[in-house]
Amino acid sequence: MNIVYFDNNATTMVAPEVFESMRPFFCDNYGNASSMHSFGGSVAKAVSNAREQVASLLGCDASEIIFTSGGTESDNAAIMGTLVSVPDRRKIITTRVEHPAVLEVCRSLEGHGYEVVEIGVDKNGRVDMDQLTEAIDDDTALVSVMYANNETGTIFPVEKIAEMAAAKGVAFHTDAVQAVGKLDINLSKSAIHVLSMSGHKLHAQKGVGILYVKKGTRLTPFMQGGHQEGGRRAGTENVPAIVGLGKACELAAENMEKEKTFVRALRDSLEKGILETCPDSFVNGDVENRLVNTTNISFEFIEGEAILLMMDRYGICASSGSACTSGSLEPSHVLRAMGVPFTAAHGSIRFSLSRYNTQAQVDFVIDKVPAVINRLRELSPFVTK
Amino acid sequence: MWDYTEKVKDHFFNPRNVGEIENPDGVGEVGSLACGDALKLTFKLGKDGKIVDAKFKTFGCASAIASSSVLTELIKGKTIDEAMNVTNKDIAEYLGGLPDQKMHCSVMGREALEAAVDNYKTGSTEKRKLQGKVVCNCFGVTENEIAKVVMENNLHSAEEVTNYCKAGGGCGGCKGEIQKIIERVQGDKITDAPVSVPKKAGRLTNIKKMQLVQQTINEQVRPALRAHGGNIELVDIVGNKVIVAFRGMCAQCKLAEFTMRDVVEAKLKEFVSDELYVEEETGSANEPGEGRE
Repeated sequence: MNIVYFDNNATTMVAPEVFESMRPFFCDNYGNASSMHSFGGSVAKAVSNAREQVASLLGCDASEIIFTSGGTESDNAAIMGTLVSVPDRRKIITTRVEHPAVLEVCRSLEGHGYEVVEIGVDKNGRVDMDQLTEAIDDDTALVSVMYANNETGTIFPVEKIAEMAAAKGVAFHTDAVQAVGKLDINLSKSAIHVLSMSGHKLHAQKGVGILYVKKGTRLTPFMQGGHQEGGRRAGTENVPAIVGLGKACELAAENMEKEKTFVRALRDSLEKGILETCPDSFVNGDVENRLVNTTNISFEFIEGEAILLMMDRYGICASSGSACTSGSLEPSHVLRAMGVPFTAAHGSIRFSLSRYNTQAQVDFVIDKVPAVINRLRELSPFVTK
Repeated sequence: MWDYTEKVKDHFFNPRNVGEIENPDGVGEVGSLACGDALKLTFKLGKDGKIVDAKFKTFGCASAIASSSVLTELIKGKTIDEAMNVTNKDIAEYLGGLPDQKMHCSVMGREALEAAVDNYKTGSTEKRKLQGKVVCNCFGVTENEIAKVVMENNLHSAEEVTNYCKAGGGCGGCKGEIQKIIERVQGDKITDAPVSVPKKAGRLTNIKKMQLVQQTINEQVRPALRAHGGNIELVDIVGNKVIVAFRGMCAQCKLAEFTMRDVVEAKLKEFVSDELYVEEETGSANEPGEGRE
């Protein structure tokens, strides 16, 4: 069976060029970048080259890039590192729709004397800027708002929020895991202090990411016990993954236009095709302002896990915000924060595309989905038609 | 991805007895859209008093649909009394087992059967009535229902109770109460480690008191408030007076003084010390030494 992979916000295929770039660093150039011999020195050069490639994509200086084990570590390091640096401030501002790597870290700090303010969103997932403006005060240690939401693709005005925070002398962090490679980001012209990204969302491997820290930003190291990354992140470098991430960033820059045109066209075609053939379905999120590869569609009166399993029989891969898919009992915290009614939240499906998808795959999904939806509606006690 | 048995997949992809019987002898409806699964069961009795036909309609995941399908298969050909002997365990066993977190799907089948038989006997078309005190507010699960799944399925932990009837699976604020129900039902048979419950200290030093108050608020109070868009902040502890502030939705709630303060105080008395009492921070008017002392 052919796989139609429309779950690229969960993870992506490693690009073949990325894999090739990593290959020499397993059995041939396996030295330690910190070693004094030239065998290790050549590895250090490769890491340094990767750092340049990442910096080039983000529009920042290579010295501002710290390699980490991924988005979650970067988020943890950004939050904990900032708070330790300003011990006299006890307030954290974030949003209700953050990824758990931010939201749960913040909430865990409530037990340690921190006040956490979670800014709400409207029905399109847009953050309440008035509430945010009001919340930033002298006691605020950190504002953390994601660049784009992983479930709906909604893009947040982080540049503006970063400037608001900077104007009040408050550190600003953004989880840009879903945004890097899909949106133009130029950190040299930005007020963002700290930014997290992950490798495996842009065709590098899992287990590698970066933390961008603007020059002059106070950040206490999260991982200790070594001098690597300029003393800012201890631990021997994951060299093959770092080299691959560098290559993936180079490819992302080359393919940015393709994302904006080709991937967007695929997504729009898929969304239109599904909405036209499936009654009682609608898009969640800010359709005017969202990632070009993401569409989150609610199918009313049916449940997401059942939809996924039926699509799985055709090799179609997607995600759901339903309760059952997560093993928890409540639907997605993002959709609940947006006030999406329960009739629709349980039946939400996220399709997220990449430049490796094709129009033929989109046509295949449009052909198969309506029958799945109809079948489950025949089973549903809430559909009387 | 869930590890479903072939039997679950079969009954999900090819469900038996889908639909609604016209003029049924019994109708049972349980669950809701909000809860994420719902089941409508209808059956028809033959002249011999046996169930000649049973049909279902289900909103829910694969295991909910498969459980409903199996339920109809299990009760067909049985008398009402025989059918009432079908338990959630029978449904799960017929399916070759369900993932732990999906056991509530089999319980929903059993509940629909009870509702349908109740409808047949009394003509009552009311949805499942709440019997006894509601313990889990997120999913509307009562003390009696929790005690029943604990007894019938020999459960030993709050986590298992959540898997079987969802109670405790929302904000988690009722886990302490669930643990107490388990202890009451199971007596001294408890072997599994219980959920984190603050332990009252023998001699309550100031440090110990502060830690326990903080822990009780973090684990027993905050999750429930959070579920409703609110929050609580521990402002200070002065002697036996615990000063708190309510945030978010809770701050605007007119009932806050009568409900939340009492809830927090009851929790603190239960888990820390009977002598504690709670006051709400009122802007600037919190001079030290004020209050009942």
